[in-house]
Amino acid sequence: MAVNLFYFLVFPGLLFSAVVGALLSWFDRKITARVQFRKGPPLLQPFYDFFKLLLVKETILPKQGSPVVFLLAPVFAVFGATTAAVLILLPLLNISSGFRGDLIVIFYLLTIPSFSYVIGSLASGNPLAAVGGSREMKLILSYESTFLLVIAGVIIKASQYFDLNSIITIQHNSRPFIESVSGVILFIVAIFCIQAKLGLVPFDMAEAETEITEGTFIEYSGAPYALIKLTKYIMLFILPAFLTALLLNGFVLKGIGILWAALKILGIVLLLTLIRNTNPRLKIKQAVSFFLVWMNLLAILAIVLAYFGY
Amino acid sequence: MDEPACYSGNSSCIFWILKNRYVGFKSFCFKKSLWVFHFGGASCNNCDIEILDCLTPRYDLLVGSIRHADVLLVNGSINMRDRDRLIEIYNQAPKPILVVAIGACGCTGGIFAEGNTFAGPVDKIIPVDAYIPGCPPKPEAIIAGLVKLVNSSNPFKRDK
Repeated sequence: MAVNLFYFLVFPGLLFSAVVGALLSWFDRKITARVQFRKGPPLLQPFYDFFKLLLVKETILPKQGSPVVFLLAPVFAVFGATTAAVLILLPLLNISSGFRGDLIVIFYLLTIPSFSYVIGSLASGNPLAAVGGSREMKLILSYESTFLLVIAGVIIKASQYFDLNSIITIQHNSRPFIESVSGVILFIVAIFCIQAKLGLVPFDMAEAETEITEGTFIEYSGAPYALIKLTKYIMLFILPAFLTALLLNGFVLKGIGILWAALKILGIVLLLTLIRNTNPRLKIKQAVSFFLVWMNLLAILAIVLAYFGY
Repeated sequence: MDEPACYSGNSSCIFWILKNRYVGFKSFCFKKSLWVFHFGGASCNNCDIEILDCLTPRYDLLVGSIRHADVLLVNGSINMRDRDRLIEIYNQAPKPILVVAIGACGCTGGIFAEGNTFAGPVDKIIPVDAYIPGCPPKPEAIIAGLVKLVNSSNPFKRDK
């Protein structure tokens, strides 16, 4: 019990993934700034933002709408992200081996933050938040099927093992899944899914700052917004970590392997950041057809290739 | 809270120090992370354009929603209609919030000061923490003004 609580709250759960995620968020912002010929924030800027929102700012409740749901939604988002972080990082850091079928549980837990944003935005009673919530819902409907197909492709490549630990072990014993045609295709599709899950720029129509003024998060202020920031930090760490486990051989945490593990995560975040800095925002219709038609086709192609062993 | 006499075993002294540290930490975090929101009154658009320059990637200051703002930039002459909206925006902002009047019209009313519909400069309507004059001030001047404001010993002049 105490060990489980430690897993959940300190390592590798809430505290660890939040700190690493905040540093990755700084990395993301610094790269963005360098791409835009700007100096960029100091290393601890995500922590300043978080503590300012948590401790200093006032929390304003919406007059219309449901305050209880409005306040609970960010808490659910943090819980979902943290539980997913524990289930992903325990096998990945070789602490415990997880359980049979934990891939499915992780898939569901990773959707909880997005659903919580939708619930929170609809509970705020703001029309712009409703627009953002409806867009986020459409986006979830489009990218989740693609993400499921990516996981299905990985399962087929791993000779139908359903748990993260066996997938990592199989890659350790033979070679990483990305060193094959289907692996490369799955990686490309998964990068776009992660981009949409994190709400980064080609797929940020739900919070569209310049268009519907932060959409889903428009009414959040103070501590609930700090929790949303925390969820975003955690997701920015665990989604690249999950992708590393699925396709990039996981982590080998001894000697030079620690450096490789850090470089894998930083490389994926760098890729996401460069995509977000070189693309304009899509319309929601374009994003839906992008995922439901093109990405699904690519993923199915990868599954067929994986089935025939390429 | 006054400083209590510090001798060993005086617990109120420790509480005082901890409380001071906590307040100092809060104000440090606030100073290091200012998110800026823009309210444009009946402006001639020059100040608007200079403030919008702060939104561009070169400076990247602004946030989209008043609920996330720490600094409210107000520019332009405030007329009868703008007054209600300015008060509404100010009440919607989560406190503590810093208000900065931008440009000649925001600070004093400028050439509109004696107009029929003029409802007073910004500081007659909501409390203002800093004035950045200019017609219009450059983005660098706006940023320098904000930096001076947060680095001054007491950025919250008014009672909260």
